[in-house]
Amino acid sequence: MSGGTFVGMPAFPKAAHEAVHNQTLRGNLRHATHTIRAKRANAVAEVSDWAELREAGKQIKDHTLRHLDRYLVQLEESVTAAGGTVHWAADADEANRIVTYLVKATGESEVVKVKSMATQEIGLNEALEAEGINAYETDLAELIVQLGKDRPSHILVPAIHRNRGEIREIFTREMSEWGRPAPEGLTDTPAELADAARLHLREKFLRAKVGVSGANFMVAETGTLVVVESEGNGRMCLTLPETLISVVGIEKIVPTWQDLEVFLQTLPRSSTAERMNPYTSTWTGTTDEDGPQSFHLVLIDNGRTDTLADEVGRQALRCIRCSACLNVCPVYERAGGHAYGSVYPGPIGAILSPQLRGIDNEIDASLPYASSLCGACYDVCPVAIDIPEVLVHLRERVVQGGAVTREGAKVVLKPAKGHAAERAAMRAARWAFSHPGALRTGQRMASRTRRFHPRSLPGPGKAWSETRSLPAVPAEPFRDWWQRTQGGKDTSK
Amino acid sequence: MSGSRDLILARVRRALADVPPDDTPYEQAFERPYLREHGHRSVAETVDLLAENLADYRALVHRCTAGELAATIARLLAERGSAAVSVPTGLDPRWLAATEVTQVPDSAANTPAELDRVDSVVTACAVAIAETGTIVLDGGPDQGRRRITLVPDHHICVVRVPDQVVSSVPQGLERVDPARPLTWISGPSATSDIELDRVEGVHGPRTLEVVLVSGE
Ligand code: SF4
Repeated sequence: MSGGTFVGMPAFPKAAHEAVHNQTLRGNLRHATHTIRAKRANAVAEVSDWAELREAGKQIKDHTLRHLDRYLVQLEESVTAAGGTVHWAADADEANRIVTYLVKATGESEVVKVKSMATQEIGLNEALEAEGINAYETDLAELIVQLGKDRPSHILVPAIHRNRGEIREIFTREMSEWGRPAPEGLTDTPAELADAARLHLREKFLRAKVGVSGANFMVAETGTLVVVESEGNGRMCLTLPETLISVVGIEKIVPTWQDLEVFLQTLPRSSTAERMNPYTSTWTGTTDEDGPQSFHLVLIDNGRTDTLADEVGRQALRCIRCSACLNVCPVYERAGGHAYGSVYPGPIGAILSPQLRGIDNEIDASLPYASSLCGACYDVCPVAIDIPEVLVHLRERVVQGGAVTREGAKVVLKPAKGHAAERAAMRAARWAFSHPGALRTGQRMASRTRRFHPRSLPGPGKAWSETRSLPAVPAEPFRDWWQRTQGGKDTSK
Repeated sequence: MSGSRDLILARVRRALADVPPDDTPYEQAFERPYLREHGHRSVAETVDLLAENLADYRALVHRCTAGELAATIARLLAERGSAAVSVPTGLDPRWLAATEVTQVPDSAANTPAELDRVDSVVTACAVAIAETGTIVLDGGPDQGRRRITLVPDHHICVVRVPDQVVSSVPQGLERVDPARPLTWISGPSATSDIELDRVEGVHGPRTLEVVLVSGE
């Protein structure tokens, strides 16, 4: 299928194997995930109704997905009534064609972009470049990734695998290629690096005529789009250009304006561990003489309806991309985002990518194994996606084959070859899932040390851990998991 | 493109074959068991919480009475060394009565580059949320276009207390009109992209000053 921006990636086990041996990467990742994890705990503990917010978020999203056709049509009507134009794209190629056409119609050959996973998923930058259009990433981390000719490794902090020395080096070397060069004598202090990015990008913002964004939410009732961010680059792209093109997955709908009250509380706390992110922008169509005078919404399917057709797997579409599951995942912490071979790394990537792209290639067939099934990802997820349940379900598909939906049509997958061991493991896992008590005491409590760790924290952490958000100690050390599942058969070193 | 519209909607409907057609409508589909606000506070305590949370996110918070507002704004602009300030067309002219700084009225004709040469901006707000330390702008006449609070490096925002202050996000959403373009601001622009060190200001104003003004 098209839009595979990571074609040529090795499958997870091999990529992870290499990442685990990269000391810098591991050090950076460990520091980052542990820091965010600890801060998040405090942010969540501040709200006494976290469990209720989480349940409401889950239910709102489930309801929306169960009536997605109705809400899509309503959204289209309200966006159109507010002065916007709605386009529909069945796959990545079509989405890229639409955006390219819209940009060319303005006569421009450059666009400024707000960080958006949807546009990464479809490979928009590359598609625009092929048509002679430069797309500038304006999020600081995305800029670091783009200038470093690199791939993002985390949903929230895409350049988390780079340290300050590497960033200084990238800026000094690359900025002049693209516009304003890095200042003379740039040091590696974060403040100076941020300032260099400010100057470099401001030049682009002030002349940009076309902005491209995604959206965190779309409100069906009002036609409002919402972008949540920290730096202000989002606001720049959403308000300075004359034309705004937003590329959004069809699952990002909430039915009503009131529903935002749930997600605007859970997203920032889960994501950056803040009470509220520095900037949230909402726009409803166009407004006279304030912001873009032409607004296009490109709704993309690209595998989402196939995911929706899977009654177990469809819960992955509830995801609000907060990245909390990455920060608690023992496998992600060691393997890094690149190993997942997809724009969606970590636990959510392990269930979303194989569903969006199909599990008929080596990378995607290996992703459901990129987990120790410790359950920490489920515990932190603000919309309660049972990632382990979906992982086991997808493993079963890989091993045993079965009916799946591809591009709207039912197809029957053949069982993967050479997975005899996994087949045995699958039988055990299926048994466990039909015996929930055994699963809890068995799989999720299997670690040799885990039972000695308190499930509830004393003091201020108490309210938080009581909502089951405590990132549990991994059920099984990664190394053990590695030995048991993949290590034996993929030792290239 | 209507081909793809119909194709996608048909795929959605086929994918949802398991959902009964009489599935519960939105109003009854789920409950909202979460709180409308967190904790019980007096009006004064809510304002204090706003001030505290704004400061926690590195906004500079000042308090004064309506009578002192013009002098306060004049002082903040002077301390900053501003030469030019952007002014929304509906801003109460008395607020800027005590400053000599050149006033640049908000206008659709101003180019982004012109705005980039302005040092400061003074606006009112639509509502402020205490629990999260958030001020919400809705582009009203006393707040101006979205870009004037974005491009200049220094934003002074005036919040009338207590009437513009609510406790929580749910109460804040209720008070604003989704048809207007909204900007929610919690502290100045910030990034943690470099080794997770928080740095103020990448693109938005690096200094946010909030003046809580009481009495009228
Ligand atoms: S799966 Fe849940 S925890 Fe992970 S990014 Fe999505 S919403 Fe966040």
